[in-house]
Amino acid sequence: MASLLSRFCRKLALPGSAHGSRMTSTTACGSETVKSLNLYSAINQALHIALETDPRSYVFGEDVGFGGVFRCTTGLAERFGKNRVFNTPLCEQGIVGFGIGLAAMGNRAVVEIQVADYIYPAFDQIVNEAAKFRYRSGNQFNCGGLTIRAPYGAVGHGGHYHSQSPEAFFCHVPGIKVVIPRSPREAKGLLLSSIRDPNPVVFFEPKWLYRQAVEEVPEHDYMIPLSQAEIIREGSDITLVGWGAQLTVMEQACLDAEKEGISCELIDLKTLLPWDKETVEASVKKTGRLLISHEAPITGGFGAEISATILERCFLKLEAPVSRVCGLDTPFPLVFEPFYMPTKNKASSSSSLSSPSKTHIF
Amino acid sequence: MAQHLKSSSKSILLNILRHNIGFSSPSHASRHLRHNLPHGPLTTRLSPNPITRYCNTMVDTLSSIGSHEDTNSQVMDFPGGKVAFTPEIHFISESNEERVPCYRVLDDNGQQLTNSQFVPVSKEIAVKMYSDMVTLQMMDNIFYEAQRQGRLSFYATAFGEEAINIASAAALSPDDVIFPQYREPGVLLWRGFTLQEFANQCFGNKSDYGKGRQMPVHYGSNKLNYFTVSATIATQLPNAVGAAYSLKMDEKDACAVTFFGDGGSSEGDFHAALNFAAVMEAPVLFICRNNGWAISTPTSDQFRSDGVVVKGRAYGIRSIRVDGNDALAMYSAVHEAREMAIREHRPILIEALTYRVGHHSTSDDSTRYRSADEIEWWNKARNPLSRFRTWVESNGWWSDEAESDLRSKIKKEMLEAIRVAEKTEKPNLNHMFSDVYDVPPLNLREQELLVRQAIKSHPQDYPSDVPL
Repeated sequence: MASLLSRFCRKLALPGSAHGSRMTSTTACGSETVKSLNLYSAINQALHIALETDPRSYVFGEDVGFGGVFRCTTGLAERFGKNRVFNTPLCEQGIVGFGIGLAAMGNRAVVEIQVADYIYPAFDQIVNEAAKFRYRSGNQFNCGGLTIRAPYGAVGHGGHYHSQSPEAFFCHVPGIKVVIPRSPREAKGLLLSSIRDPNPVVFFEPKWLYRQAVEEVPEHDYMIPLSQAEIIREGSDITLVGWGAQLTVMEQACLDAEKEGISCELIDLKTLLPWDKETVEASVKKTGRLLISHEAPITGGFGAEISATILERCFLKLEAPVSRVCGLDTPFPLVFEPFYMPTKNKASSSSSLSSPSKTHIF
Repeated sequence: MAQHLKSSSKSILLNILRHNIGFSSPSHASRHLRHNLPHGPLTTRLSPNPITRYCNTMVDTLSSIGSHEDTNSQVMDFPGGKVAFTPEIHFISESNEERVPCYRVLDDNGQQLTNSQFVPVSKEIAVKMYSDMVTLQMMDNIFYEAQRQGRLSFYATAFGEEAINIASAAALSPDDVIFPQYREPGVLLWRGFTLQEFANQCFGNKSDYGKGRQMPVHYGSNKLNYFTVSATIATQLPNAVGAAYSLKMDEKDACAVTFFGDGGSSEGDFHAALNFAAVMEAPVLFICRNNGWAISTPTSDQFRSDGVVVKGRAYGIRSIRVDGNDALAMYSAVHEAREMAIREHRPILIEALTYRVGHHSTSDDSTRYRSADEIEWWNKARNPLSRFRTWVESNGWWSDEAESDLRSKIKKEMLEAIRVAEKTEKPNLNHMFSDVYDVPPLNLREQELLVRQAIKSHPQDYPSDVPL
């Protein structure tokens, strides 16, 4: 599985890389050295660059001092000092609240929530303070320098509290941005963009890919734009939309579908709020079918927003109902994880992707 | 030199708590205070009866841990440091025998107490302080009435808390950043926010710096270093700690100051903020306006500790309890606290005891849960304005004439401010969509077009005083 993922990520990287031509997602230019990095190393590199390029930037959260439980903050405290990279008490509302205060004074605060499942104590600070800081003050104040990083998603054995995908809660909050990278190279560029974006950003990192995904990552300072979706695989029969680790699953569904002669267009949304409706709309108007897939529970998941929007905009072009292949409406189970997850076969069997005789309802 | 709360220095500590203005470091305080600090002996209570100790009816203070010479003076290392052993089973009492005393300079009638220590205040500052307290009170009165007349949608007064508002502001520098709750407009007033600017925000007109987005009294001013009010309780506390850390890192001669009420001290953000402030060694002042009420909830339903001041120690924070209706005491306490915070990079907790004379807001009628007599008593007997006025006049710095001149001037200014604010048009519709992000994203640009179409189709659904 790991090697499959490695191959896949390098495969994913191709469309987005400098010589990948049709994509405009990279700002890399000239000669660039690349290095084979996994996701946590790519994120680590982004953090090093962020702290290096702005002396008024800070990284903090639980256990970040020694490198973090997922090693994303390795070497930062040694290099930039404990005044800029430090452990905080175990208190998410304090971490985010403190980060808002730092950002409000013009600093960049890159805070880490140890696992997205624990972000909820900070929800009030994020929704009522960070998201509204600029608006309520009439633009006298802002906390745009705030970036909240959190590992999210299934990991194989995480159960209720190490597997959640809470992105939908945050997509409902005007004033913040929600960004989810699919691979090491994407993560570095998107994280640097998020840190430097003048708005507070919640950045969910697919923890499944921290070690599993390996990719050639340019060593220099580069940014990938927010709110721009990327077509990572072109096709003509059906559009598939996803983000984060789920794209690796969807890519496999595409490969299987192609054996049946179905040409799939796969889109990485990257930024969920504000999301790039135009790219998805143009694609669906071309293909006539849409399948959305995410790990988070199907009811009220972000797939519902995409589905409703595309229905409004592309109704007359649609040849089939929009499919959503998602996690189930249960707390994330341990033993039952394989049954819960939106697998490639569930995607393949869904009404949009399969021929009528093989249709299942997922 | 910082005083750490080791058990060995508890005797010094107890003295200081009882005899001076309450901070645990005499060397700092004495530089500014008129009188030297007395030190007295401490009587240690040793219980001779093991059974009594087991029942814990005697020993009341935290500082008595490890104080008994009859225990083996063995010590053990744990993560976090050495602790002494005791073979006696002994629970720290849930409260001290005596409540933490309250620092004051003036008595109820505004007479300076004979042995009081305080930071001297010049005539200019004292007169400005008193004038601003009067202005605040009159502003509150007139806006409150305007709401009753239907000219304002909402208002919240700070009656009874004028000394907290003005005296704390007076003791700070303009570079100190303020994170208010919502009952501290006096800090803005002190710093130069005009009555017109207050009125503009209350009426949500196009001159409101907040661009008409929030309810009245949700003021903010980046020019005056006063972060915009948000109605959520205590959320500003951890924000203030982050801001304080920034000031420390930038080596500014400034601190962060945040206000909250007795109710706010129950919120999780209070605990998060105090703990962070102590660990991060952030120069932040936590000023609690303990005014006895959180809407209809009295403090007896809010906490069972000796108020808020005792919670500071739990987080390793130096704390003081002050008479919030005594302008000189507030001034001195905040002045001293600020110095310590900036010089020593530490947070300070100030509990200002006061009384919320007014209703919680114009949406509240507090006679439904407390007696009108109680309100009246506090308004008369402990009025911060009359107490301070007595002191100011005793120095020959104020008079009845000055008072009536001031009051008529403010009344005129207030009525004019309201007249102008009411007449001024509202902010343009496009300000509904600006500032959600730094630049409006596509979905907001689309929604603005949709709203404008809707207005064209059904103009009667929309207020006509919002320019398009």
